[in-house]
Parts: sequence; C-alpha cells; structure tokens
Amino acid sequence: MTILASAPPAVRQYRHLTLLLALAAVVTVSLVRVFTDESRMTTPGTLRLALIAACPILLAGLGGLWAERAGVVNIGLEGQMLLGTWGAAFFAYHFGAWAGVLGALLMGALGGLLHAVATITFGVDHIISGVAINIAGLGAVGYLAQTFFTDLDGGGPRNLSGYAVPAQITIPGISDAALWVSDQRWFLVSDIAAAVAGVTTRLSLLTILAVALVALTAWVLWRTPFGLRLRSCGENPQAAETLGVNVYRYKYIAVLISGAFAGLGGAYLAMVASSSFTTGQTNGRGYIGLASMIFGNWNPTGVLASSLMFGYADGVSLLSDNGPLVHALLLLLSLILLGYAAVKYLGGERVTGIVVALIAVALLVWYLAVDSVPADFTGMTPYLLTLFVLAVASQRLRMPAASGKPYRRGQAG
Amino acid sequence: MHVELRGIEKRFPGVVANHDVDLTIRPGAVHALIGENGAGKSTLMKILYGVQAPDGGTIVVDGEERRFASPTDAIDIGIGMVFQHFMLADNLTVLENVVLGAEKLHGIGEKARSQVREICEAYGFDLDPDALVATLGVAARQRVEILKVLYRGATLIILDEPTAVLVPQEVQALFANLRDLVASGRSVLFISHKLDEVLEIADDITVMRRGTTVGTADPRTATKQELAELMVGAELPSPELGEDTVTDVPILTLSGIGLTSDTGRRLLDDVDLTVHRGEIVGIAGVEGNGQTELVEVIMGMRRATSGAITLAEEDITRLSTRKVRERGVGFIPEDRHRHGVVLDFPLWENRILGHQTTRRVTRGPLLNPGGARADAERIIADYDVRTPSVHTSARALSGGNQQKFIVGREMSGEPVLLLASHPTRGVDVGAQAAIWDHIRRARHDGLGVLLISADLDELIGLSDRLEVILRGRITAHFDPDHVTAQELGTAMTGGAA
Amino acid sequence: MSGQQNGQVTRRVTQAITYSILPTIVAIVAALVATSVVVWATGAPIGGFVDTMLSVPSNRDTIIIVNQASMIALSAFAAAICFRMGLFNIGVEGQYIVGACAGAFFAGSGIVPGPLNILATLIVAMLAGIVWAMIAAVLNVTRGVSEVISAIMLNYVALTLAGYLVKTYGERSGYTFTTPKIPPSSQPLGFGLFADAPDVWALAILAVIVGIGYSFLLGWTRFGFDLRTTGESRTAALANGIDPRRMVLIVMAISGAIAGLVWMPSFFGSTHTFGIPEYFQRGLGFTGLAVALLGRNTSLGIGFGSLLFAFLATQSNRLQSVGVARDVVEITQGIVVLMVVIAFEIARRIKVRREQERVARELEPATTTGASA
Repeated sequence: MTILASAPPAVRQYRHLTLLLALAAVVTVSLVRVFTDESRMTTPGTLRLALIAACPILLAGLGGLWAERAGVVNIGLEGQMLLGTWGAAFFAYHFGAWAGVLGALLMGALGGLLHAVATITFGVDHIISGVAINIAGLGAVGYLAQTFFTDLDGGGPRNLSGYAVPAQITIPGISDAALWVSDQRWFLVSDIAAAVAGVTTRLSLLTILAVALVALTAWVLWRTPFGLRLRSCGENPQAAETLGVNVYRYKYIAVLISGAFAGLGGAYLAMVASSSFTTGQTNGRGYIGLASMIFGNWNPTGVLASSLMFGYADGVSLLSDNGPLVHALLLLLSLILLGYAAVKYLGGERVTGIVVALIAVALLVWYLAVDSVPADFTGMTPYLLTLFVLAVASQRLRMPAASGKPYRRGQAG
Repeated sequence: MHVELRGIEKRFPGVVANHDVDLTIRPGAVHALIGENGAGKSTLMKILYGVQAPDGGTIVVDGEERRFASPTDAIDIGIGMVFQHFMLADNLTVLENVVLGAEKLHGIGEKARSQVREICEAYGFDLDPDALVATLGVAARQRVEILKVLYRGATLIILDEPTAVLVPQEVQALFANLRDLVASGRSVLFISHKLDEVLEIADDITVMRRGTTVGTADPRTATKQELAELMVGAELPSPELGEDTVTDVPILTLSGIGLTSDTGRRLLDDVDLTVHRGEIVGIAGVEGNGQTELVEVIMGMRRATSGAITLAEEDITRLSTRKVRERGVGFIPEDRHRHGVVLDFPLWENRILGHQTTRRVTRGPLLNPGGARADAERIIADYDVRTPSVHTSARALSGGNQQKFIVGREMSGEPVLLLASHPTRGVDVGAQAAIWDHIRRARHDGLGVLLISADLDELIGLSDRLEVILRGRITAHFDPDHVTAQELGTAMTGGAA
Repeated sequence: MSGQQNGQVTRRVTQAITYSILPTIVAIVAALVATSVVVWATGAPIGGFVDTMLSVPSNRDTIIIVNQASMIALSAFAAAICFRMGLFNIGVEGQYIVGACAGAFFAGSGIVPGPLNILATLIVAMLAGIVWAMIAAVLNVTRGVSEVISAIMLNYVALTLAGYLVKTYGERSGYTFTTPKIPPSSQPLGFGLFADAPDVWALAILAVIVGIGYSFLLGWTRFGFDLRTTGESRTAALANGIDPRRMVLIVMAISGAIAGLVWMPSFFGSTHTFGIPEYFQRGLGFTGLAVALLGRNTSLGIGFGSLLFAFLATQSNRLQSVGVARDVVEITQGIVVLMVVIAFEIARRIKVRREQERVARELEPATTTGASA
C-alpha cells in the first residue's frame, strides 16, 4: 500500500490500532465459530459468497463517496445501479462480456448525468432528485427489459440470461492449499485459510477490478491535484471558486463517476453475483452502499471494510437453511458489542456504553433462548445490520462539510 | 502593478451596486477604499478579482485592458484577494488550502510544503503546513489567507475589511506585514470603514458612497471629519450614553455558569455576570471565546452544565427558549439570517417568530394574522423599516431594514432584558444610528441590556460596564470611561501582546 | 382599505398562477414529452401510446382512478407534512405496510363489533404507523442517523416482517396466507357514482378529511407555524423557542399516523383481508412522495397530483394491448418529479429577483432606473 507511506504519524498510529482491532475481531470470530460449532461461519464458500455480495455494495459505496467528496449527495445510486444491471445484460448479450461492463458504466453514468443536471445546474434538493431518479430508473429498467428482452432467446419481459460474463480465475497452488487447511477446522488458522481460499478460488475479474478501484479512488482523491480540487468542492466550494477552480466541472465529473461506479455495481450483480438479469435486482443495495460509505467515514478503505461486513450479512442471508448460522452470529454480534460497550464506557461515554451493553445482553438472551432464527428474519439481516451500525456509529463520523448544500457560481464572498 | 478601473457598473435585481466607479491603484502603495456598509466596496472587489463580471466599464492593468471571466484570470496576472469571510476549507490542511488551484506551481507534495515554510519564515507567520484549518484561530486563518495570495506570487493584494475581527494588537501585526509587502514592491488595496486605521496605513484613499466613487483624499492631510463627510454626507454617528440610568436592581444574574461540549471541551467556565435594570453590560472578546455559547445558554438554546441563571429573581437555568422569551427577554441574534428571521416568510409572519405565545399575534393554539399584520405595521412605522408592505418577504429587505425590524419585534411586549449580539454588524450608518438609539432608549426605560460586539468603539461607547471573555472565562472588568481600545485588546488576547 | 385588499387578492392570484400553476403545467408537459421520446426512441408505437394515455376513461376506470387517488393522496399527505419541515419521510412505504398489517389483524379478529370496528381499526393502523415512524425519528434525534437511509432499511424490514406475521398468525388461503376476513357487519358501503360500475370506497373520504385537516394545521395554527419555521430554518426555529428535535418526533408521528391509514380505503372497500402480494398494493409510499412534490405540499396540489398519477397508472393498464410496456408510466412519474422541482426552483429564483426589484422600485425609484444613465 504505497498510498499509506507518507501518512502523518497520528494516522499511522491510528492504523496500528485498526490492525489490532481487526486481529481481535478475527480471533473472536474464530472463537465463536469453534464454540458454536457452526463451521459454515467461515467456510471458503461462505466467505466467497460474502465477497461477491460485498462488491456491489462496495462499488455503490465508492460511487457515493466520489459524489459526496465533491459535495453532492447521490441517493440515486440505487436507480443508477438498476440501470447498470440492464446495461450489462443488454450489451453483454449482444456484444460480449466486457461490452456489457462498459454498457453498465455508461448506463450508470447516464443516471449520474441526470442527477448532476438536476442538482448542480438547477439546484434541486439532492435527496429529491435522487429519489426521482430511483423511481424513474426502476420504471426505465422495467420498460427497457420488456421492450428489448421479451423476444430474445433466454429472455422474458422481466429477465434475461445466457449472456457472456467476465472470466473467473483460480490461483492454482494457493487455492488448493488454502482449501485443504480450511477444511481442517483448526482454530484461527483454518479461518484465515478460508478467507485466503475465498479470494483465490473462482475469483471474477470484476472482483479484482472492484478492489483495484478502492486503491485508485484513494490515490486519485488524496494524491493528485485533481483529487484535491474535487475534494475542495465538497468542503468549501466558494473557497475553491475564489482560487479559480471550476466547481461545476468537478462536481459534474464526480457525479458522472459516481453513477458509473454504481452502474458497475449493477453489472456485478447481473454478471457475477448472478449470471442472469431480473428487473429490480438491486433490492436496496444502492442504499446499503450509501450506508457503507457513511460507516466507512467517507474514506475508501473504510468503505471497503464496511462493505465487506455488509456483504457478509448479505451473503449469509442468501445461504439456504441459514437459521442456525444467523443464530450463531447473534452470539458473535453480542460479543463484539460488549467489547465496544467496554471501550465506550472506559472512554468516558458511560451512557452510550451502558445502552450498547444492554443491547448486547438482549442479543445474548435471544441467542440463549432459541436454537435457530426463523428464515424470514434471516432475510432482514443486511437491513437490520445497516440500521444498527448507523445507530451505533453515526455520531463519530464526519461528512464533507458542504455535502448536500446548494452551490451557485458568483456568490462567493 | 498599476491598476485602473474606469466607469465600472454592476447591477443586481433592483439595485445598482456600482456605477461610474473610477479607481487608480499605483504600485508599491497601500490604497484604502472606504465607505459605509452597502456602499458597494465588496462588489467592486469581486469584480476586480473576477468573481463577478461587470455590466460596464473597463479594467486596465499596466496599460493593458483586461477582462476577467473567473478568478483564474485575475490570479494569472497577479491579483490576490483576502475575503472578509475567510475562504478556507476547515477540514483540509493549511498546505492543501494554500496549494488548491495553484498545483501547477510546485505540485501538492514536499516541494509545495517547503515553499510554504519559506514564505511563512519570510513574513514571520507561525503556521504549521499540516495543521487542519479547523484548529486555527481567527488571526491565524487570516494569515493562511495572506499566505495563499503570496504563494501565487500576487503583486496586487486586496484585503476586504481585514481588521473587522482583529483586536488592536493583531491589527498592528497585520499592518506590519502590509508594510513589508509594499516595501517589496507589491500593491495593497485595503477596504475598510474604520477611519483611524485607514489614516494610519494608507498611502492613497478613495471614498465610495451609494455605489460610486465620490472622491479621493490624501491621508497626510485629511481628517476623520472630512472622510466621514465624504463617506456618508454627515458626521459618523458615535455611540455615546446620556445620563446615568443604572440602578442597583439586578435583572439578570449568572453564577458559576459552565458549559462543556460533547467532546469534553470547556466552552464556558465559571462565568459570573450581573446585569442591572437600566444598565448596558458589554462583553468584549475575540470571536470564538464563548460569547455565542453565553448567549445560547441564557436563551435556553443550550443547557448549562453547571451554575444558575436568574432573571428577575426567577431561576431560568433549565427553562426552554420559549419560556425564557415569555419571561420578557428580547433577543437580537448575531446572525440575523440564520437566527433572526425566516428569509422566505413575509414580514407579518416574521413578526410572530419568537413570539408564538404572545396574545397580540396568536390566539391560543391558533395564529392571529390580523393582529400580527397590524403589529408589523406598527413596527414598520415606529422603527422606520423601509418596505413596501408587511407582505414583502424578509429576504427582499436590506440588512439594515431587516435588523431594524428585528429590534422592533424584540422590543415589543415590554421586555425586561435585551440580549443584543452584534446588533449593528453589516448595517448602514443610518440603521446603525437608529439601532444605537433604540438600545439607549431601552436602557432609559429600565431594561437591562447585555451587549456583545466585535466593534470595540461600539462596546466602549455604549456600555456602562465592560467584561472581557477569554477562553470561556470572564477574565477582566473595565470601566468604559477609562479604557482604551488598546488596553481592551490586550485583555482580550490574554495580555500577551 | 378594501381597494388595497382587492389589490392584494389580485396579486396573490396572479402569483399563484405564475409561480405555482404554470411551472406545474410546464413540468407535466415536459415529462410527457420526454416519455414520448423514450417510447419513440425504443421503437414502440408512439401513436398507440399517446392515444391510449389521452383517451377518456370508462366509468369503471373513473371509479378506479378515484379510489387509487384517495390512497395516493393519503400517502402524499404523510410525506408532505414531513417535507414542510425539511424532513424526508421515505419510510411511508414501510409505515403503511405495518399499519395495514396491524389494522387487518385487528379488524379480522372482530374484537370490536360492528361499524365501531372500523374506527378502532383505523386507530390501530395509525398507532402501528406511528410506532414504525418513531424508530427512524428516534434514531434521527438521538443518534443523528439520516432518516432517509434508516427509513429505507425499515421499509425492507417491514415487508419481511409483515410477511412473517401473516404466515405465522394468519390463515391459509390457496397458495398464500392472509389475515382473517373482516366480519360482514364491519364492512362499510361505498358511494355509488355510476350504475354500471362499482362504488367509490367509503374510506376514500379519509383523504378529504386529512387534506382539510392538513391545510388547517399548517396555515392557521401555531403548531403549523412552528412546523413551517423549522422547515425553513432549523437555526431560526431554535433561536425562537422551537425545539427542532421535539418537532421531528411529533411530525414524524403525525406522518406515521397518516401513513398507517394509506391502505385502509382499499382494505375496507375491497380486499377485506391482508396478504402479500395478492391482497395488498405495494409502492404507494413512493408514489405519494412524488405526488407530494408535484403538489408542492399543498392540499389542492396533492388532490390534483394524486388524481393525475392515478389516471396515468390506470390508463397504463391498457398500454399492453397496443404493445407498449406499462412500466413506461413509472418513467413519467420519476421525470415529472424532477421536472416539477426544477421548474419550481426556476420559478423561485424569478420570484425572488422580481420581489427584490419591486421593493427597490417602490422604495428608491432613483437608483433602480439607473442613476448612471
């Protein structure tokens, strides 16, 4: 990670802490896995599914990050993602896998353009514009699917399959070794091996692209003049304007990129998470992406971490017969919250600490009272987790200062 | 740099902000542009800096006619500007703020950092390039602004009301920097309405009035009276008190008031303060030392973490804002657009604002539009608010008229205490004089007045007693009859200067 | 005096036409044109599309339009009261699902007999809506969580939860589960308009009642004033004795209560039972948001907007027969919202400029006509 090399000392110290926390989390997971004997918690299959579920959320989150760093709240991510699913299916069906990816980018960017025109040029409230785009996007995808897919081979008014998707790669030696180690169900070692296996087995090129975009985003936004200018538009556009930055241009670029990222997230859904297209395929992942951006504190690495978490919840909710697994996760969540409560309590925020501890105890009681969580509830996991995470974390986070605020040229000073 | 503005004109909806403006700036000199609030100085500067395009007239720089489509064009030929309201991104570092837009010069990395350090050293700026701007105080922020301009190698530096937020000692430090700049051949355009400062620093003076330049003056020979005559056509109003009306009946008492922020910072620390009937107590302090919080605590907008507030023998420490207002506290907030009025409400609805439980404008749970309209008419007449009707939205009025309306509203319903926070900030001299009159009358009528202001002349002239607030503590008391702005400034900055 | 009043009235009427009605019409026309362009560009029969959409609805369809409009309007009022306070209650969708589910279980249980059951059910549905709305409101006020994202998450949870409850505690009906049917004694009669068509649902009247109450509350009461003030400027509200956090809680509760009512006209008028997806209509929450925006959060505007959206949706049912996918109407709905907010933003800018000009003209004629000329 070269981008971290010249970070100020305070940040570096903070990173050590993060690393330590991550390690503690892995140990806890492994402990809970052994204790509950719910080995599916960390099998390569589950983790691979989690990664696949995480990528669309990650891409949406990164998209949200680009827009908000330039001061535009893009709640239209959901609609742009939807447009992406259609674009991917349509172009991949007719012109091949990578044309599909390109088509998704373009369709997403088109949605972004609409949002940019409304919010930047006409000063429309960002949330209203975003919601309108989501409504129109849903309608457009339904309409386009019915118009273009009904008569295709493998198509129908609401779905399409049988198009090419980007290739998957398996890293031969590592994958096999990791799979073997993870099968042994050793404490800690197997869990880590499962994660290694998860990312080395049948890894889609789109997954690699998604993760590469995290690094690219971090580099462009924090290490280039272009990024500095773009971020300044999200912090204080008037100041940027008085220094000769064309704020409109950077905001437009940012929102177009934002839409394109969301579109790519849609492509991922229609090409990797599933190999077919259905209307309304996103199911709120655009919004969860936005939540992962918030929880990730408007930072690329933060977005990556939080989308992996959301992805895990989403992945688990897709597993069949997942009641016992979700049940085991209750214990895990309860333990994590207890730890968090302790940190808060010792840090002086006694009330927060106690409230969180009470929630943790409630979860623990729930865990002890039942053997399995009903199937209907497991489907709610990603949504509940999102709510939960925002409720616990919101106050510590800091969004770009001018995010969501209207800006008009010539009013500086 | 030699700059000539000829016949500049700028129109906004309904107003001609600038017309027939002529101004010549010579190299190596401090040129002062003076005029009262609303005279069109800031508009002119934005035109010269390319933020706004003029509707007429020409700008000639070193003999060549120029058109600025954006600040980039102005920056390119060496014009830099320090805005009155600082143009800084709080969450970026000093370095990032400085190099923004000028990345081509030295990049955004190590080279730029050492360049910034070099300039800081040359001008004695004590700034860390990697500090977040959010952590800086007012004077340091101003230095960052100047740094931005110097980094771009500007040869004409425009400063819009740079002394408004500084204490006298900081003003002197700024003037020393300006003299250095001029000595190195740069030009400085200094905008102000404080005549003493202008006479001290300027080499040339141009006066603006009602959107146009009305004359020039030579600072070596001009007097304050002459400049005032040019500026407003009359003597400047001066804040003075008449007969002594101070009683020994306390109306507002704060004892041991403390306020701690969510992050544990002490915003107010053991504040003791008493305001008597018929007395004006002035609070002096550098911006951000707890004045805002003090007002919010008294008004019930924030709850004090310790201590007690007594209003006319009643404990109001834990009362809500509405209850505090019902007890007879009039409130002129420091930011009228954010706190004083709802810009898109008509005046008659703004009359109700803050007085939602007053019988004259509401009837039980219902509004009383007729009563509110009638009473708004009364305020418009009594307080000389210039507006076509009570149906006009507050947004359409000038700052001075908005402020007069607020004062009129807050004086309705027989208040016992008036909280006036920067009551004349940004208003024209006519409104300023009127507002001072109203505050004096309130004192005469036996109200207690708590006056907070950044204008030291206003504070010294209008107060019966002065308290200095520093880092949330009351640190000094002065008798306004025997204190100079210098002494007050020393106390405001902690006596270090 | 009366002359001045007359002048005032005339001015207000002209202002309403210039700054409210005109932008709305422009937006609707623009959205229809944009949709037609989409239809044309995708090679679908544009003529059939226009003919079908602009045809006169049959008596039967008219009734459907009125019925649908009542539910859309209720949903729109729930959204509008929040909009007026600067809150975005995108959770109406979830709140009315929860309200419908709770109301249906209660009504079906027949605990309260006869027509009184209707009133009791409405109260239960409103309470359920309130409870659901309060989750987002409390998170917003105490933890600073954006009400938009939390409400969206709650929408998904509500849907799953309702499904779970009906499956666990409801009755099997064919391939799905439903709540118990309302006892016949608690089924209200409708309003007959045409002999050859079904009645207008009795509880469609709820939309009218809520609309009148909404106008009164906002325009004439102190609470409405506090609400509008908070919407215009939270800082001004705080400085003038209004606690914005308390307002958030109260207004979200009112909004949740209205949302709880959204599906009640259909429930008592036609389905008499609740079960997803056959015995329920999803999506009214989002339509309501759009209509609230279209109607500028006013009662009349919402009344008009809900009829328009119901008209579009009903007409679109016949689009399939001319070979155009009916989803196209959703594009129209999304675009009309965008267009209307854009049109109103432009109208607002013009209005502000004109008012400033007028003030300057009336106060200082000398400077406005250009002293430099």
